[in-house]
This record gives sequence, C-alpha cells and structure tokens, in this order.
Amino acid sequence: MDHETLQAIWLTLQLATATTLVLLTVATPLAWWLSQTQSPWRAPVGALVTLPLVLPPSVLGFYLLVVMGPQGPLGQMTQALGWGVLSFSFTGLLIGSVIFSLPFAVQPLQHAFEALGPRPMEVAATLRASPLDAFFSVALPQAQSGLITAAILSFAHTVGEFGVVLMIGGNIPGQTRVVSTQIYGHVEAMEYTQAHWLAGGMVLFSFAVLMGLALLKNRHSRVWP
Amino acid sequence: MSDMIVRLNLPRTDFALQVDLSLPLHGITVLFGASGSGKTSVLRCVAGLEKARDARIAIGEEVWQDDAKGLFVPTHQRAMGYVFQEASLFTHLDVMGNLRYALKRSRSAQSGKSLETAIELLGIAHLLQRQPAQLSGGERQRVAIARALATDPRVLLLDEPMAALDQARKQDILPWLERLRDELHIPMVYVTHSSDELARLADHLVVLDRGKVQAAGPAQAVMTAIEPAVVVGQDAGALLQGQVVAIDAPWHLAQVSFPGGALWVRDSGLKVGQAVRLRVLAQDVSLTTEEPRNTSIQNHLPCVVDAIAADAHASQCLIRVRCGESFLLARITRRALAVLNLQVGSVAWVQVKSVAIVQ
Repeated sequence: MDHETLQAIWLTLQLATATTLVLLTVATPLAWWLSQTQSPWRAPVGALVTLPLVLPPSVLGFYLLVVMGPQGPLGQMTQALGWGVLSFSFTGLLIGSVIFSLPFAVQPLQHAFEALGPRPMEVAATLRASPLDAFFSVALPQAQSGLITAAILSFAHTVGEFGVVLMIGGNIPGQTRVVSTQIYGHVEAMEYTQAHWLAGGMVLFSFAVLMGLALLKNRHSRVWP
Repeated sequence: MSDMIVRLNLPRTDFALQVDLSLPLHGITVLFGASGSGKTSVLRCVAGLEKARDARIAIGEEVWQDDAKGLFVPTHQRAMGYVFQEASLFTHLDVMGNLRYALKRSRSAQSGKSLETAIELLGIAHLLQRQPAQLSGGERQRVAIARALATDPRVLLLDEPMAALDQARKQDILPWLERLRDELHIPMVYVTHSSDELARLADHLVVLDRGKVQAAGPAQAVMTAIEPAVVVGQDAGALLQGQVVAIDAPWHLAQVSFPGGALWVRDSGLKVGQAVRLRVLAQDVSLTTEEPRNTSIQNHLPCVVDAIAADAHASQCLIRVRCGESFLLARITRRALAVLNLQVGSVAWVQVKSVAIVQ
C-alpha cells in the first residue's frame, strides 16, 4: 500500500474517532432533552436534528462552505480570533462530519432514553439521587445499548461519508483526503486495482460493523430464564 | 405524638382529588379504595413525584410542600422510602448494587445499620449476589423494600407492593411486612385495593372513593362504620382484636375472647394467651330474633342493632350490631329485615358462620 493510501486511512480513522467523541458529548444531552421535554421547541429541534438524514450532502456541504468560508459569519469570526479559515482544514471537516452524522447519534440515544420510561428516574429520586446524579448513575447505564449503537453508527457513517467531505474538505492529501475521496481519486485516474482494494475494504468494514451491531442487539434483548 | 399532614388538591380528568388528612406517625396506615379512586396519586404527591395544588404536606415538623409559602421540596430531598407497584430494581445492578445505591446517597448516619436490619428482617441475605432478573416477584419486592429502608426514611410509602404478584407470592411477602411493622418503628403508608391486605395490615385506615375521603380513623372503627363498608363492598367485614382463652384440642378449635364476647375459631396451632386479629365478613353473619338452638353454627352472640344502611344492591342491606364493646357487620336481605322487624335498638342474636384469623 502506498503512502498516500495509508495517510488516507489514518486520516479517516482520526476523523471518525474525533467525530464520534464530539457527537456523543453533544448528542447525549440533546437526545435526553428531546426524550424528556414537553416544550413546543421539541418538534422543530427534532426536525432540525434529522435534517442531515434527508438533505443531499452537497446541500449541507455547500452551506457549510458558505458559513465557514472567508466571507461567511463563522469564517469572519474564526479569522478575527486568529484561527484562520476552517474550510479545507481538518477542523472544518470535523464540524461538517459532526453535523452530517448528528441524527445517527441522536436517534438511537433518544429511543433508548424514551424506552426507559419515567420509572427508573423516579426510583432514583426516591433513593435520594439528584436529577444529575440519576442521569449518570441510572439513565446512562440503562441506555447503554443506545449509547453503543450511537457510537458505532456515528463512526461508521463518518467513515462512509463522501459528499460533505468533498465539498468542504476538498481532497488535500494528508489534510482532508479520506478513504472515500481517495477511491474517487483512484477512479478518476483510472487506477482500478487500488480502487478495488479500498472499495472492497470499505464493504467488509461496513458489513462487519452492521453485523456486530446486530449481534450486540441480540445480546441485549435476550430474555432471562 | 406528631402527625403526618396531607392536604392537597389534584384535578384529574374524571374527578378532582381532594384530601385533608392527618395520619399517625406509627403503625401501618392503609389507603384503601377501588382502582382509580386516587389513592396512588395521593402517595405520589406525598413523595413529590406529582405536584398537587393548594397542598400542604408535612411530616412532624418537616414541611415538604406548602403552597401558601411557595415551598416544594424535590423528591430526592424528602426523607421517605417508596416502594413501587411493579419491579423497580435497577437492572444494570445486582441486588447488592441496588442496596448500595440507596446506602451511598443516604444522609443518615444510621443507614448502614438500617440496611443490615432490613436485610435480616426481610430474609434476603442469600440473594445479595443475584441479578434482579433471577429473583421471583416476591423476592424482588422484598429487595425493593430493603432498598427503600436503606435510606433510613422517616416514613415508608408502599404503592400496592403486591398488586403484580399472584396469590401464592403474596404469602411470600405479607409475613415479612408484618415483621417489619412489629420490629421497626418506621410508620408506613400502604396503598391497596385488596381487603385481605387491609385486614391483615391496617392499624389505621383511610377509605378513598372518587378522590374523596369517605372515612379515616383506627382500622377497627372504620371497618365497622357503615358507609365505608358499602364502599368496601363484597369484602366488608369487622376486625376484632382478641386473645386466645381456651383450646378444645379434640375438636381442633380455639376460643378467642374479645371485648363483648368470644368466638370459636379453627385451631391452627394457637396458644392460650396469644393475641390474634379476627376478621368476620358481613356476608358470614346472619341475625335471628331468638337465641338459636340446634344449629350447626357454633358461634352466636347476643347483640343490639346499632345502624342500618342500604347496600350496593337494592335487595340487600348492611346492619351494624353491637356486642358488648365491639361491633360486627351483617349483610342480610331487606326482606329479612322487614320480616324480622329489626330496627335500630332491637335486641337480636348474631350467628357467625365463619371467622378468619388474619394474624
């Protein structure tokens, strides 16, 4: 395997790991709020979170580019803070990935929290646990399968993204070139052998992830004798 | 002795829950009522799991909710234990983990000791390493009670803790509850719609019907008050506190005397001098105007008719009779009432067909 391919794989893993960590931190409180609130904001926020699921990645990428670019509001701010422009950088890619995979993290968590019902939290309160304490000591451990699903889906979905990456990352080797865009590059250059290796690897990886997820779900839903 | 004050309003879809109660802080208070009478809501409001309006909830000098002062203490700061209707053990922890969960968060220095006592009294020492899913329904509820006691609460609230258990499993847990009542000095408020549990456990009784308190007071007095008896329905009956005074070994019978008379009951290994609680159902009591002779019914006592009330069905009525200092209920047809010409103050005889020992 050549240096560029290894670099692309390494970058992909870095991006997916960082995205997953950021997403779990952001999505957990968001999913909890969505599962508990009766606020009128629930529906619009829920729709906004799900939006990346239905939008073409190019639309999302386009707006992100506009916002983060030198003339965009975020771009202006980052420049004023001396961070430069985020588009066509790893940080920009990370922001794009987090937004793009947000529904994949929020939805399993939200469903897991909703499935708990109010009872475990009520029980915790009667045992002197404050709401925050109860969240960490009861809600999170009991929603463990949702947490694992969210993490796996976020990771896998980030590995598999292409459109957003291309739009806001370009295809800069070592900086923003990931496996999916590398394959694209190989195909463009008619390097079918290399494309085959990478594409086949992606298929295997994705299959293994989904298979693992299914096995995990089985284990969690097994009924005790 | 200080009391527990529960005064609250809670609008519900079909009726408004309105109670104003002062409950003793000792023994077991049973909140009795049909499903949907609002009894669980009262308990949830006391725990702060639901927020009532115009409420004042206080236990002794500790005020948990006072809407006049805008005070509402959140559930996790109320010194009470709560046992839910169905299994409420944390499934991500084993039995010991569940108990430790409460212990770690208790603010009382006594908690360790309370938990040890609870484990002993509820007989769960051999279950500590198990997972909740490996316990029977009765065992789960015993662990849940021990967990609630581990917080060293000032009052233990129990919401139909046996409703999800079958008859056999109920016998797995009732004796343990009686042990708790006798050995610990923690007041309990016990919600149920089962008159069996009521008869066995209640020291103090509150009868709720469609959100209103129908009667409240010492269990024996409330059980023989005539209006709540109509609410209790099929299982209406008197509770008598008595003492075994004689054993008729050849016939396997025991005589229990109570203020105002004595009854023969089945001897199930009773000892002379033992205190027992008897339950006499209204449907097992009949009335005659002359002393019964040549009857198979062994128990008859002279009495005076004290009160008469219409029953749920138009063919029947409920009669309260006084035997000495005690009261019994009899359920008879209205035609019999007319034929025998019974009125308040009439002298009669009660025949008791069946007596249950509930303790």
